[in-house]
Amino acid sequence: MDLAHSLRLIAPETTLSIASLILLLFAAWSGDKASRTLSIAAVAVLVGCMFLVAPALCSGAMGPDVMAFNGQFRADAFAAFAKLLIYGSSAAALIIAPAFFERTGSMRAEYPVLILLAALGMGMMASASDLLTLYIGLELNSLASYVLAAFLRTDGRSAESGLKYFVLGALASGILLFGVSLTYGFTGTTSFAGISAALQGGIPTGAVFGIVFVLAGLAFKISAVPFHMWTPDVYEGAPTPVTTFFATASKAAALALLMRVSLEAFGSQAIAWRQIVMFAALASIVVGALGAIGQTNIKRLMAYSSINNVGFVLIGLAIATPQGAAAMLTYLVIYVAMSLGGFVAILMLRDDEGRPLEAIADLAGLSRTRPGLALALAMIMFSLAGIPPLFGFWGKFVVFQAAVQADYVALAAIGIAASVIGAFYYIKVVKIMYFDEPMDAVKGRSDWAHGALLVIMAVFMSPLGYLLTKWLDGLAQAAASALFVAA
Amino acid sequence: MIGIEHYVVVSSILFVLGVLGIFLNRKNIIVILMAIELILLAVNLNLVAFSAFLHDLTGQVFAMFVLTVAAGEAAVGLAILVIYFRSRGTIAVDDANRMKG
Repeated sequence: MDLAHSLRLIAPETTLSIASLILLLFAAWSGDKASRTLSIAAVAVLVGCMFLVAPALCSGAMGPDVMAFNGQFRADAFAAFAKLLIYGSSAAALIIAPAFFERTGSMRAEYPVLILLAALGMGMMASASDLLTLYIGLELNSLASYVLAAFLRTDGRSAESGLKYFVLGALASGILLFGVSLTYGFTGTTSFAGISAALQGGIPTGAVFGIVFVLAGLAFKISAVPFHMWTPDVYEGAPTPVTTFFATASKAAALALLMRVSLEAFGSQAIAWRQIVMFAALASIVVGALGAIGQTNIKRLMAYSSINNVGFVLIGLAIATPQGAAAMLTYLVIYVAMSLGGFVAILMLRDDEGRPLEAIADLAGLSRTRPGLALALAMIMFSLAGIPPLFGFWGKFVVFQAAVQADYVALAAIGIAASVIGAFYYIKVVKIMYFDEPMDAVKGRSDWAHGALLVIMAVFMSPLGYLLTKWLDGLAQAAASALFVAA
Repeated sequence: MIGIEHYVVVSSILFVLGVLGIFLNRKNIIVILMAIELILLAVNLNLVAFSAFLHDLTGQVFAMFVLTVAAGEAAVGLAILVIYFRSRGTIAVDDANRMKG
């Protein structure tokens, strides 16, 4: 376990941190006019990091060989799976940003640097195998995200969303830390392996409090009910590319961290947290579905949709089996693709002066004025609702299959029933686009990068996506088994 | 004799005061920042007390990291507060309601 070996294992993290510092110097030197060049460089760095982490996933790396720095950090197949998703969606958040910010002249050179720093923190969250690494990664991600939410400095809504995100995020970090301190006190160690070993025999009451506080803090970060209140406000107020980043990369990182903590550190005491996760899963599905019904802003609608989808992912966690974990990862990949497609489609909705449109009423009759965009958005909505020919169905199917196989039939049945409520508002959006009188509000020309991304995501969500199921399942199984070997 | 339980009780009281400070405070956002600091200090007290109790240095190292991150967090929070004040001209909690639903 020498230093050189540890340094090799954290190659993606070192690359990202050095690259973000160099880009920060360039940003300070050349000012905002270089922001497009900096974005391209940042995307190149992220793609390079994806190539650095991919081998660990393909070879199914796990066990003590991939531990760095005396068990502080773990570069196994699970971390590689999560990092591919995180770096990929961070790159997408960089690609879609210039066209949005440049219209108001607010594309600043800090944007790519902040995204890189947040991606670095998220990667550390996915690789954490010690409570200290967990905390540092989480805060690195959170601090960059607070700034990103308030990125449109002159827009009151953006500042307000940044403020709300900061206050509630800091509270969540505090709750999580309090849980961390209790867990440390009652198990005597901060490493996940040590905690798991200490809890093998039984669980002291203090450690139960620790688990509950840690899970509550993480529930905040993944916006699961009952800690979801910030999500609609932050998603609506933040600039749309930043919202995309929150809904894809942040969510993937926080869910990966939640899986690591609950299955690896607290995995031997699943009985202590299973009921909490089950409650959060079902409550998220129901609240997400009911809350979305009255919304008039499409970004708020997507926020409730993300609360709803987190509930389905948590069903996989409540089962606490390798199948459940693999199903969660499969669902996560499909969800990230769907919400990326959804937000790119929202970015393409502009009026004739290029101002972004966010009201659902503005979509009326979109099928006659912009048939391609309407078709893509309709596919995304049907896919989010889990209607069979589209790929979104597959994610829900594997989660419920894992639940039924592990004898949680009631949980699966309630989940399926609640997903029908959710279908209502997705289909309402489709009805407005296809059957209402045209408003002719959507006029502006679209950026080619948006169009290309939307087409890729739409093809992935179409029935063609099923060609990938075998490959995706293999990767998810490899990643999930790495999680259980360690425990 | 003061045992570990006394420390845990004091830090729990501080933690609850911090959380209540965020939720019951209807006046101004600076008070919320102070409440967040209170929560982090409760955590630090816990960590250092457990560290001494267990004869294990990890808790004290953790407390140093928490202190450092808390400083960064306060800096980011105040910067966002300044932006917010510029666009809105107030830092009253009840006025942060441009978005609802």
